[in-house]
Amino acid sequence: MDDRLLEISNLRTYFFTEAGVVKALDGMSLVVNKGQAVGLVGESGSGKSVTAQSVLRIVPRPGRIVDGSVKFEGEELLTKKEDEMRKLRGPKMAIVFQDPTTSLNPLYTVEKQLTDILMLHRDLSKESASKQALHLLDRVGIQDPERRLKTYPHELSGGMKQRIAIARALACDPGLLFADEPTTNLDVTIQAQVLELLKQLQKELKMTMVMITHDMGIIADMTERVTVLYAGKVMEVAETPTLFKSPKHPYTEALLKAVPSVKQTRTLEVIPGNIPNLIEPPTGCVFHPRCKYAKDICVKKEPELEKVAEGHYAACHFWRELELGPGRGT
Amino acid sequence: MHSADRILEVGSLVKYFAVFERGIFRKKTVGQVHAVDNVTFHIFTGETLGLVGESGCGKTTAGKVILMLEPPTSGSIRFEGKDVVDTFDNGNQDEMKQLRRGMQMVFQNPYNSLDPRMTVYDIISEAFVIHKHIPKNQWTDRVYELLRMVNLEEYHAERYPHEFSGGQRQRIAIARALAVDPKFVILDEPVSSLDVSIRAQILNLLIDLQKKERLSYLYISHDLSSVRQISQRVAVMYLGEIVELASANELFDRPLHPYTQALISAVPVPDPEHKTTRIILPGEVPSPINPPKACRFHPRCPYASDICKEVAPTFEDRLVTGHFVACHHADKFV
Repeated sequence: MDDRLLEISNLRTYFFTEAGVVKALDGMSLVVNKGQAVGLVGESGSGKSVTAQSVLRIVPRPGRIVDGSVKFEGEELLTKKEDEMRKLRGPKMAIVFQDPTTSLNPLYTVEKQLTDILMLHRDLSKESASKQALHLLDRVGIQDPERRLKTYPHELSGGMKQRIAIARALACDPGLLFADEPTTNLDVTIQAQVLELLKQLQKELKMTMVMITHDMGIIADMTERVTVLYAGKVMEVAETPTLFKSPKHPYTEALLKAVPSVKQTRTLEVIPGNIPNLIEPPTGCVFHPRCKYAKDICVKKEPELEKVAEGHYAACHFWRELELGPGRGT
Repeated sequence: MHSADRILEVGSLVKYFAVFERGIFRKKTVGQVHAVDNVTFHIFTGETLGLVGESGCGKTTAGKVILMLEPPTSGSIRFEGKDVVDTFDNGNQDEMKQLRRGMQMVFQNPYNSLDPRMTVYDIISEAFVIHKHIPKNQWTDRVYELLRMVNLEEYHAERYPHEFSGGQRQRIAIARALAVDPKFVILDEPVSSLDVSIRAQILNLLIDLQKKERLSYLYISHDLSSVRQISQRVAVMYLGEIVELASANELFDRPLHPYTQALISAVPVPDPEHKTTRIILPGEVPSPINPPKACRFHPRCPYASDICKEVAPTFEDRLVTGHFVACHHADKFV
């Protein structure tokens, strides 16, 4: 299909640690269409960040992509050489990390962090790169951009640093932007500013965005489609409103019922137990030890990701039978 | 002054931290961080008061000062009618210990609030060593009882903190706080470092324990959703001052301070059909070293007028419904 920008199928990324093999991603699939804002939601260890790292081929050691396929604009990325990947990172795809304090280089001024990329990928002269950097700062809503260009990251607040990180990611107009928990370290009012900025940029630049977060509120606010990850596997894929209104996977339902909301109070339903150890993940369905609907088959057989409706998939043996409720009163 | 149902009364509490400039031979004070500035509130017995605000607003400092982990610059703290500041300044060790037994704290990060070299048994029973309120032959039973209260198992007592997940560690920290049979517990962002599916476990546990043990809580957090979930009343802090205080439903449904309004509108709501216009505040929280004059919120406030730059608003119960707000323009929002 033409509008498929990114297609991940059956991706397996394992970390070969001394304690054993951590199956961070174990058969992950994802399709992202051009211009879409897609959400990847999950808790720590669900594999949401590793997905972005795998696509960009920046999985840190001892991690390795062991199987699967990642197609970007129809081309397989996993067989590309490192220098070919380098040409893609920046101009074609970029990432904004969670913590701007560590993702920006503390030894370089804001100007250098931005112009380096522009000079490398766009072949600009130093002067025109500086001009472009100024324009980028302006675009991400930094006040007094001339002065900010000359500052070092430590002189800036968290919100401003994250704006710089966004400016850097956007420097070469990437078609695909991964936003990996971009507001988790920020205060609520600053988070609102950054989310608003991302929304606006996505619209203006017709950029495709993969929003990685653990916050169902951000998913509801920012995305059109969403993939729910748990223990390195896809639990459910749906249009965002459908996912909230009629979840078909018990984990999605449990997650929706466990998050408090500013809009109302109600009894929170607890998901018992802990996030599984990925060295020895549970047999069968990875969610079965914490699932209140689990039966014998869930322990023995891993469910397939089945089609529930057009564009809606769930990996549960019982999606047909279960009457799952939405997170809150409809 | 003291009314029996108020377990804690905080009056005009001030905490400044001096900012030094270091020379070779001397250091000189060049300014003061106004961490907590003239904060007054009380907590009823068995109640949870939520204290919300963004980083640097002074909410954690307020908690620490109430427990006398930091001495206040000025102001009064009364716990069960007893003057806490006075006791710590002049009182003897026994009285201080008595107060400490009544008030406990659970910290944000259970990865560094538990000593990694102590077993869970040692962590919890350390309270008994210090306060000697339980005879030694009952220690083990009491530790087991506390572990069961926080839904852990007896065999966990022999383990070390690194063997536990974040949620379990926070349970241990809660058990440790409860080991002295406190009446009042300060919860400083107890679920912020936990995963979403674990947060509900801990919040529900805290609510259950409160009912069973008749505890009073000060719940400090930047996460408004969890504050609404657990609190009966909520105070909003901005740059060291409380700008609004009301019952939780009242505050979230009818916020009267422009800062509270912006704060609530900024929280993403987990419902795709929910559409509100987000109030985007310009700029960032100013430095608490030289906070803005008069109303501290005026440089970022969409409604600021001349009076806001000149006169500090009083903290008033405008509707006489127990909804306190410090804003010149609050009448507009009623």
